[in-house]
Amino acid sequence: MTQHHATRRDFISASTAVAGVTFVTGTAGLLVPASAQNLAPTPTMRGGANNYLAGAPVVNRIGGGGFMMSGTVRRAGDGAPLSGIRIQIWAHTTEGYESDRHSHGATLTGADGTFRLEMPQIVPAFGQAHAHLAYDGGPFKTVFLRPLMASSKDKSLSANFVLEPA
Amino acid sequence: MSIRAVLIWAGLATAIAVPIAIAATSPLLAYRGPVYIAAGFAGIIAMALVLVQPLLAGGSLPGLPTRPGRRVHRWIGALLVAMVVAHVAGLWLTSAPDVIDALLFDSPTPFSAWGVVAMWAIFATALLAALRGRLRIAPRVWRLGHTTLAVVIVIGSVVHALLIEGAMGNVSKVVLCVLVVAAMAKVLVVLRPWALLTRQRQGVRSD
Repeated sequence: MTQHHATRRDFISASTAVAGVTFVTGTAGLLVPASAQNLAPTPTMRGGANNYLAGAPVVNRIGGGGFMMSGTVRRAGDGAPLSGIRIQIWAHTTEGYESDRHSHGATLTGADGTFRLEMPQIVPAFGQAHAHLAYDGGPFKTVFLRPLMASSKDKSLSANFVLEPA
Repeated sequence: MSIRAVLIWAGLATAIAVPIAIAATSPLLAYRGPVYIAAGFAGIIAMALVLVQPLLAGGSLPGLPTRPGRRVHRWIGALLVAMVVAHVAGLWLTSAPDVIDALLFDSPTPFSAWGVVAMWAIFATALLAALRGRLRIAPRVWRLGHTTLAVVIVIGSVVHALLIEGAMGNVSKVVLCVLVVAAMAKVLVVLRPWALLTRQRQGVRSD
């Protein structure tokens, strides 16, 4: 969580500095401001890997959708957006448990390093409304995230990755 | 039965029944299987039993003065252990990694540790109660030790419950938690378990 917020703060301060460019690109975390020269890699969050099922297929949508999971993937150090990165997502939703295979899906980041995957509405499980995201199996070090929803009524959630070479 | 007795029993029944009834109508249940639902209700029932226990120990319930009340207290204590075991076992079957994290105090959820501490305090209480005769624990020592564990159980359970977003309704959960703390406070005032400590100090002060 801390890292997630820090990343957002980084972005806000960066986008303030280059507000004009932000207006044009219009998407979060895509800029490579000078302040991101030493961008630290995102650490794995506690419990992030719980109920992980490796190898979730890339899908257009998990189940019936209705909830938007999004985020950015950038490279540690210079903060360059990483495209074609496979992010796996799962959660306890209106359609199943975290451990159900059909609750898992994956998506690829675009050229701008962002990803979006529609999935069923996340519902509180084990006391908190939260999602799980994984970057695993590639040229970068594995990272598991477990972002919390500010409210379980939210219809979207974002989580950002900063990856370092494995 | 006096009016006062009826009111006390009706109040206790309401304090227990309302949170359970509200939880039974929670929309979250639609997205949970029977085992997860049962695990959640075992936790809610356990909290209700934690409310009953100090009332029985202190003889606060009409028709159940201290001596027969304590006998019921022991049975409720055994039931409480069973409910906690059902709660943890049901959650384990639902998502083992989350329960393992909690038991190892390595969970990302802040409420887990409070619940696990309360669980161990409940188990320790039951073990001490079972061995009380064999260990020949003096009544004053027993009372101090037992109530100390009871305070840990109450604080741990209440914080655990309050921090969770689950099937219980928020208002009924807070009310139940306040009543649990109030019942514990009342029995502390009545039984004065710290008498052992103050007596020693009084001896030193010789007053």
